[in-house]
Amino acid sequence: MTTIKRAKGFWLSILLSLIFFAVVQVLIGGGSLNPFYQNTLMFIGINIILAASLHLIIGITGQFSIGHAGFLAVGAYASAVMTMKLEMPFYAALIVGGLASALAGLIIGIPSLRLKGDYLAIATLGFGEIVRIMLLNIDYVGGASGMQVSHLTTWPWVFASVIVTIIVIRNFTSSTHGRACISIREDETAADSMGINTTYYKVVAFAIGAFFAGIAGGLYAHNFYIIQPSNFGFLKSFDILILVVLGGLGSLSGAVLAAILLTVVTTFLQDYPETRMIIYSLVLIVMMLYRPQGLMGTKEITSMFKRKGGSSHEKNKNTAA
Amino acid sequence: MKKIKTPLLKVDSVGIQFGGLKAVSDVNVELYPGELIGLIGPNGAGKTTFFNLLTGVYVPTEGTISLEGENLRKLPPYKITQKGISRTFQNIRLFSELSVIDNVKVAYHSLSKHGILSSVFRMPIHFKGEKEMDEKAIEFLKIFNLDQYKDEKAKNLPYGKQRRLEIARALAANPKLLLLDEPAAGMNPQETHELMNLIALIREKFDLTVLLIEHDMPLVMGVCERIYVLDHGQLIAQGKPEEIRNNPKVIEAYLGEEVS
Repeated sequence: MTTIKRAKGFWLSILLSLIFFAVVQVLIGGGSLNPFYQNTLMFIGINIILAASLHLIIGITGQFSIGHAGFLAVGAYASAVMTMKLEMPFYAALIVGGLASALAGLIIGIPSLRLKGDYLAIATLGFGEIVRIMLLNIDYVGGASGMQVSHLTTWPWVFASVIVTIIVIRNFTSSTHGRACISIREDETAADSMGINTTYYKVVAFAIGAFFAGIAGGLYAHNFYIIQPSNFGFLKSFDILILVVLGGLGSLSGAVLAAILLTVVTTFLQDYPETRMIIYSLVLIVMMLYRPQGLMGTKEITSMFKRKGGSSHEKNKNTAA
Repeated sequence: MKKIKTPLLKVDSVGIQFGGLKAVSDVNVELYPGELIGLIGPNGAGKTTFFNLLTGVYVPTEGTISLEGENLRKLPPYKITQKGISRTFQNIRLFSELSVIDNVKVAYHSLSKHGILSSVFRMPIHFKGEKEMDEKAIEFLKIFNLDQYKDEKAKNLPYGKQRRLEIARALAANPKLLLLDEPAAGMNPQETHELMNLIALIREKFDLTVLLIEHDMPLVMGVCERIYVLDHGQLIAQGKPEEIRNNPKVIEAYLGEEVS
């Protein structure tokens, strides 16, 4: 019963998003969506991918990683090298960017995921900075002056990547593997004693998260005409972290919502450069005061529809007890 | 009679030292298939530390632990669980944000056959595997009378049911040896009585060996066939309940030395 319902909801959301895609595509083709709005849409897409990928690491597996901009940078530079230096097609460059980033995730994850809590946070923060400083010192990719990249990111690419990211992360989360990851978040000792290979699943979640951050990096790089190491500082990592925390730790739809909301807010605040950061910070402070659990808490949008059907059942249970 | 069988678990002069502190030293324990054994001792005697040694949370600094003749030394906890030792915790450690049924399904994870890719691409084997897990988990919850709460979050269950769920979860991992760390702690006499019946039932049904830490003396004396007594990290007595009851060393450990 529930599986059928879930499957229905799944296809419905796919259908709705395809309609959304088609509408936007027609608007862009007809020229009624100006480049500013187009660019905002791209940004929203890239931020959704980043938020969803970090959600898997922090929200699901409970590993507090704050070096996500490092993975973004690895993906951005790897894909830029692919298209600009090796003249490979864009889709191949995106995949290579993702794989390079996943590899970086494995290399950093295997030793540092033995650490917990704040120690892991510091290690991943360090990783982000190491990537930035290495890129600063590699002349092949332009060093501090950055690297020229042609504009290849288009709406269909962004949209397809967002959908793939969300489906993969959702399917992973709602399987036995996702449950293993959640059990690590809930209680690592107990997960261990239930036969879960905790190190393996932490590294897997880290690598999948890094892979999609790398894809986002590829899209990000080809959305600008130039990328510089300074775009990937630790402030960028915090921007992504804010999306996940604001959306509600453990909620994929929350992360997506927060990515949309905050991208729109920052974009429109660009008209008021003097007060931009103040208003942005105020939004965050007010949000955390009145909704410390985040926009969605740990719930998903889909579970809201489910509860309507389940409420009568719950009432029955209460009267029985 | 029982001594002729080979032991399921053999603990041979095991000890662990934390810095200068010997938390457990020179403990010898043999458990035979199908036994229900009690482990008692005053607070701080090293009972939970001993459980942590058995389950691989700590690596013993001396001695060996073997399950069915296989040395468990240096195996990580999850492998020891897969070999057949499963446990509950003194302070309940459920996955509180997960639903009741998902708590049990986590324990099935190591038996699942569908890989990450087949789950991500939603291949038929994924649905088959998840469906099997669902059915098995519901069957399990029925034994523990928890099936009507299956979609409830574990943290919303009342205390006694959380304890029961923890035992259900430990059993779902398909152990040969079940370690229960103070399962009756915080329960009222009625709940304790039900729990003891439940332990007797699951032992029959799943062909288990059970090792039980418990403070409630009448309870331990009532259900256990043999009892080990730990004090200051050392075994001071073992034997049948009535032998333990009259053992002067045990009385001393619990009540203190006589003055005079």
